[in-house]
Amino acid sequence: MTKILILFAHPALEKSRVQAALLPAIKGMQGVTLHDLYEVYPDLNIDVRHEQSLLLQHDIILFQHPFYWYSAPAMIKQWQDLVLEHGWAYGSTGTALRGKRIGNIITTGGQESSYGKEGWNHHSVEDFLLPFKQTATLCNMQYMPPYIIYGTLRITPSLIQEEVVAYRRMLEELRDGKSLTQ
Amino acid sequence: MEHSYFFITMIYLAAAVIFIPLARKLGLGSVLGYLLAGMVIGPSMLGFIGQEGQDIMHFAEFGVVMMLFLIGLELEPALLWNMRAPILGLGGLQVLITTAVITGGALLLGQPLNASLALGMTLSLSSTAIVLQSLKEKGILSSSAGQSSFSVLLFQDIAVIPMLAIFPLLAGVSSTHTDDGHTLRDNLPAWGQTLMVLGAVVVIIVAGRYLIKPLLRIVARARVRELFTAFALLLVVSISVLMSLVGLSPALGAFLGGVVLANSEYRHELESDVEPFKGLLLGLFFIAVGASIDFKLVLSMPWVIIGLVAALMAIKAIILLTLGKVFRISIEQNLLFGVALSQVGEFAFVLLSFTNQYNILPQATVSIMTAVVAISMAFTPLLMMLYERVIQPRFNVADKNTRQPDEIHLQEKHPVIIAGFGRFGNIVGRFLRVNGIKATILDLDSDRVDALQNLGVKVYYGDASRHDLLEAAGAADAKIIIIAMDTVEQTLEVVKVVRKHFPHLQMLVKAENIPDTYELMDLGVLHIYRETLDTSLRMGADALNMLGIRAYHAHRIASTFRKQEDKALKGLSAIRNDKKLYINTVKERIEELEKLMANDKITRWNSPAQGWDESSLINEANEDQ
Repeated sequence: MTKILILFAHPALEKSRVQAALLPAIKGMQGVTLHDLYEVYPDLNIDVRHEQSLLLQHDIILFQHPFYWYSAPAMIKQWQDLVLEHGWAYGSTGTALRGKRIGNIITTGGQESSYGKEGWNHHSVEDFLLPFKQTATLCNMQYMPPYIIYGTLRITPSLIQEEVVAYRRMLEELRDGKSLTQ
Repeated sequence: MEHSYFFITMIYLAAAVIFIPLARKLGLGSVLGYLLAGMVIGPSMLGFIGQEGQDIMHFAEFGVVMMLFLIGLELEPALLWNMRAPILGLGGLQVLITTAVITGGALLLGQPLNASLALGMTLSLSSTAIVLQSLKEKGILSSSAGQSSFSVLLFQDIAVIPMLAIFPLLAGVSSTHTDDGHTLRDNLPAWGQTLMVLGAVVVIIVAGRYLIKPLLRIVARARVRELFTAFALLLVVSISVLMSLVGLSPALGAFLGGVVLANSEYRHELESDVEPFKGLLLGLFFIAVGASIDFKLVLSMPWVIIGLVAALMAIKAIILLTLGKVFRISIEQNLLFGVALSQVGEFAFVLLSFTNQYNILPQATVSIMTAVVAISMAFTPLLMMLYERVIQPRFNVADKNTRQPDEIHLQEKHPVIIAGFGRFGNIVGRFLRVNGIKATILDLDSDRVDALQNLGVKVYYGDASRHDLLEAAGAADAKIIIIAMDTVEQTLEVVKVVRKHFPHLQMLVKAENIPDTYELMDLGVLHIYRETLDTSLRMGADALNMLGIRAYHAHRIASTFRKQEDKALKGLSAIRNDKKLYINTVKERIEELEKLMANDKITRWNSPAQGWDESSLINEANEDQ
């Protein structure tokens, strides 16, 4: 069984509709560790050794977060800056993460059509995630295509329920050895 | 007069309840209150209690045993070892010289040699109960006079042992002394007696360490509150029984037991359990002393008795003062030392009854001496009060604390000075130290300084509000001073001195509450830290989190709250001297808060930052549709 670590970051989950609905769906799910970064580190003081040991215990690492200004909330950046140390995650001796897979689970306010050459965001989400992809490469990890839930600004409760089911099924497939697909 | 136990108990308790508050109100201290209560209800005045006073006194002497147990508990072995010089030197000399002088005096007055010696030894002792209780009540047990008094009293308690052994020898041929064998020791040869005494001491130390400590743990685990109390009492009683069995002073044994348990984790429980019993028994003891004063006898020969009391106390005080001078106690403390120990102690009652028993002294002399002893005890609190009111004020108040500041020899210049190393300064200091910042630490609590110095922490005893001391601590070269004194007054003093003499120093100042904060603001202090603000907000944030609010949100609103609090305080500080305006503004703020809550607008500052709030985006997206 593949072990999955979800590095969850939402600074205002109490305001969220979609992300808040996703979390209960994977509570206690076998093979999946949910690590709620803002809850564990409210002062952004990340325990680097603890984070590194969590990484070593898992095969797939997934950042799960809302898409803020074409990127992740500040916590994820803080986490990257501190946890992915030179000599551990990258550099000539940094091989701790070699061979692991990493990816993003993202909710965006805008519709899928807004992300693309013709849309008002002018680029695809994958384009915006370039820094994540290159970070993975530098850390000898395999970057997976992102799992995206678009259009959360207009989403209806019944659609949220559909997304929750799909989200859980995606994680199950990933855990059981099937590839990450949309 | 025959009375039921309940009636007598009622009389004693009522006397205590009436006289203690009265005595305190008059500034007399509780010891004098008890003594007065005893005199009033005793056979000489109201006669509520009769001759049983003597029996009660023997029973109540157990209070002294408990007191020494408690004192032992507060004294760790290492500290006791540090005091060996004053105990043996000061204490030993006091007992020897006083015995010699009084014996000589008695000889001059025509007493036979054996009676003179018995009197000399008996009267050389002072009252542990009265002295320690009074010093403790005044909070000066840790002053140098207090420490010296304690050393002498401790030696006297030890000295009682050989005295009890010598008394039968003084009895002479006409002794009615038959071997009662009331202690096991009496039937043994001298070496056996010595061995037995040493054995008892070893038993207490070993049992304390290897038996009592595990037992305490078991008893504590039973979680029955009164069981622990019962065990604590059992402990003290057992020690007393053991000591009496081998003919040692129970008080001394209890003291030793206390010292052995001083570093036990149950020390505070033991203290709080034994404390009320000690208080009551000591009170009973003082009442009994008061009741035992035979006013008829005193009135029949007032001048003889008053003369004897005055002479005795004068002799004892002069010897104490001389010794104090030899041992370099400062004049003011030496006077207190002399006054405090000038009475004759409770052990005299025991020894006097022995002298009667062994026919060393005739009954008449014993009666007179008993009255003299009791009166000298009753005078002690009065004399100490006199000292406090008349003598002490003559000495400079600033010199009240006799300890001289430590010499500061700095090998290097430290960028930080910490003034006040209590709970607060301590944490700041540790935090700086683990970050490699060296600080020069000044503290005014001599017990704390000693304890820290014993731990190897470099702390200097000294008053940081003295600019010469700050100078010595390197204030001219330091960058920062952290001011965390125990009281506001001290803090303000230090701030003023720093502002005047070392204006370049950045001051970081601890405040206890809002009024302190205002005063510090008035002095122009920029960095003020209210002692409990951060901790209580952290607690509040945790409470919110446990109620289901996200940790990050709780963290942020606590931080916002703290900033608002600071801001509000600054605003209020500016107008606080205008009482009307101040109250009005406070009222306005409360009204504002109420209005906010009523309008549910409170969620505005309560809500996460607008940047994460998508509601306006959602609205806009839905309008577009």
